Amino acid sequence: MPGGNPSGIHQAFPQSVQPFFESVMATKDIVLDHVSIRFGAYTAVDNAHLVIKGGEFFSFLGPSGCGKTTLLRCISGFSDPTEGRVLIGGQDMKGIGPNKRPTALIFQNLALFPLMSVSDNIAFPLEVRGVGRKDRRKRADELLEMIALPGVGDKKVHELSGGQRQRVAIARALAVEPDILLLDEPLSALDLKLRHHMRTELRTIQQQVGLTFIYITHDQGEALTMSDRVAVMNAGVIEQVDPPESIYNRPKTSFVASFVGESNAIEGKVASQAETLVSIETPLGRLQGQAAGGRQYKAGDDCILFIRPEQLSIGDGLPNAVTANWVKEEFEGNSRQLFLEANGVPLRLSRVNLGGTADTRSGAVVPVGFAPDQAIVLPHGVLAGA
Amino acid sequence: MNRGTGGGAVAAGFSLLFFSFLFGPLIIMVITAFNSSSFPRITPWECFTTEWFAVLFANDRLMSGLLNSLVIAVSVVAIAVPIGLAGALALSELSSRLRAVLYTVLITPILIPGVVLGISTIVFWGALGRGVGAEYGSFFFDGMFLTLAGQVTFISAYAMLVFLARLQRFDPILTEAALDLGATPGQAFRKILLPFLGPAIGSATFLTFLASFENYNTTVFTILSGNTFTTALASKVRHGTDPSLSALAVIIIGVTLIGAIVHEAHTRRKEVLRTGIARRSRIYGNPVLKTLVHPLTVFLILAGIAGLATWQGTRHDASVCKQQVLDDKRARQQELLEEQRRKMQEQQKTTAPVSAPAGAAGKANPSPFGGAFSPNGLTPGREEPAPADAPAKANPSPFGGAFNPNGLKPSQ
Repeated sequence: MPGGNPSGIHQAFPQSVQPFFESVMATKDIVLDHVSIRFGAYTAVDNAHLVIKGGEFFSFLGPSGCGKTTLLRCISGFSDPTEGRVLIGGQDMKGIGPNKRPTALIFQNLALFPLMSVSDNIAFPLEVRGVGRKDRRKRADELLEMIALPGVGDKKVHELSGGQRQRVAIARALAVEPDILLLDEPLSALDLKLRHHMRTELRTIQQQVGLTFIYITHDQGEALTMSDRVAVMNAGVIEQVDPPESIYNRPKTSFVASFVGESNAIEGKVASQAETLVSIETPLGRLQGQAAGGRQYKAGDDCILFIRPEQLSIGDGLPNAVTANWVKEEFEGNSRQLFLEANGVPLRLSRVNLGGTADTRSGAVVPVGFAPDQAIVLPHGVLAGA
Repeated sequence: MNRGTGGGAVAAGFSLLFFSFLFGPLIIMVITAFNSSSFPRITPWECFTTEWFAVLFANDRLMSGLLNSLVIAVSVVAIAVPIGLAGALALSELSSRLRAVLYTVLITPILIPGVVLGISTIVFWGALGRGVGAEYGSFFFDGMFLTLAGQVTFISAYAMLVFLARLQRFDPILTEAALDLGATPGQAFRKILLPFLGPAIGSATFLTFLASFENYNTTVFTILSGNTFTTALASKVRHGTDPSLSALAVIIIGVTLIGAIVHEAHTRRKEVLRTGIARRSRIYGNPVLKTLVHPLTVFLILAGIAGLATWQGTRHDASVCKQQVLDDKRARQQELLEEQRRKMQEQQKTTAPVSAPAGAAGKANPSPFGGAFSPNGLTPGREEPAPADAPAKANPSPFGGAFNPNGLKPSQ
């Protein structure tokens, strides 16, 4: 995984660095050049501007309706951007239909052809390109071998299980060796176990064939485990593009902080800032956290302090000490979730389950605290699910 | 139905009634086709005969009408099915508002009475023909062409409805997937949509063929002086029916039954193959039985039976039996005649001695029919009422006593 923030993929990519594009165009990079997609007055995608590198596993993560599928259909050629350009390998894709682009899309419902056998499904892209029957069959068998389903070629699609269909859809998309594989929430129809299994499998296939995978999902688990980089989208806007660890540990907007993983959000006003350490005035008293991205705040700015439940701990004498009331405890197998409340602000605290039994101290007073470098202060903004 | 509440008997009774209502007329019609009586009936049963089939096939008007009907039906299928498919595809691509308008337009021919369609077809094409100065022999005035034109207007709407129903179950994502995998729009249509529509094309073909073949309302106008099967049949019925129509019914029922059974064999086989229980099945696991229930085998067997029955039928000669029946009839007629004659002679004998009083009684009868309906008119031997009637001497009959029961007496 490439560490840090690779150059040229920041959402606020300045127009002046235009020549940069020319240098990456030689490869099979995908460039979204200020792409906006509108349907009438509704803006589905607003000024998406990034480069997806050849061979990268790139995910678009966002709640449903955030425009990620629209963007994917734009890359695959089912629609053209209202503004901006889509470039693949340096070539402007405007007016080039989905059948002429070096992309293959795996649909949410897979869209396997129900009237064809598995082999015919996989060989369909070859058939329409005029490849002979014998060669088609050979290629289909090779691909079935690759997805570890040898011998199912003559079965009908409906005779396969969900996971098998998934793999057949991937094999079909790979049949003509596209440069880019686009996946539109392909795992959403599978059960939990299979979904986890397919995550590993997709990642393995991607590394095996070395293609660019562009993956659309609303499931942060999928995005974080598989991707080299993740773009978090909300309401048509790409909020942050970073490797998964940066997305989780160093969110750049309040939406990303609240959407990816669990977070306690404590609203307040900036009191003072010393280098990256910000003190804010909250209903829970004065708390300290890190200013994300070295941002400078003025006293009195509206801001939100985010602290992950696993970084809250119980005990006396901790920094950022808060006195909270015990509300309830939920057992989640590997962890226990403590729901607390302090001065009207709900707090959630997560503890790894090391055995033992649950505390039932309803109504009791619990002293909690957290290290200032674990907490992130972000400007006030939209929260996920709010 | 719940057996405990006695519902079983009710259900069985109802089913029996229902099925006799459905199939009773058909069964009776089939039986009448083999009765030699020249009016279609079961009783009295005269002779088993197959001559009505010969009569049917010897009917030139009906046979040429049948040929016309087949030519028209095939042409209608060839035109209406593609039009219906195109209409359905257009409807499924349009915006919902435009779709509603176009749907109404396309469906209207079905709602308009066939008679109106028939007349307007003649009027339209006639006007068009005269407008372009076509002569009377041209296709504008040809019954076959007009019938084709008239039937296509509404039958293509039937086809469209069939395709629309199927298209509603089509996932347009599949076409997108085909395009994405490199297919041209034409390939996506041929390889994805058309195979999906396969069953609908089959049923649309069947439906349009039947709709054209059995159409009467429109055809009776558009065929002009010609004949199709239905119009020929209708005029035949108008002029009095005979069992050759029942023979026709037997043929149609036979063809339908064979078609239905073969189709059923086909669906069952497909279902078993689809679910993959073929190997475990008692019938489909057995190589002999498996071949036996194959739709093709079923068809060959049924066609063979039908062929054999036809061959036997052509060899059957009912003339001996019919002669017998004729002889019986003649003998019976003779017998009746004899009896009549005998009765009359008896009557003559008994009436002769009492002719005078009877005449007196007749004269006294005030009936305008000369006492023909008098309770005693036919019992001239009875004397009792005579004195009572005697005073009324003058006969008031306007027929001058022509119907007097004794009027015939002098001639014997």
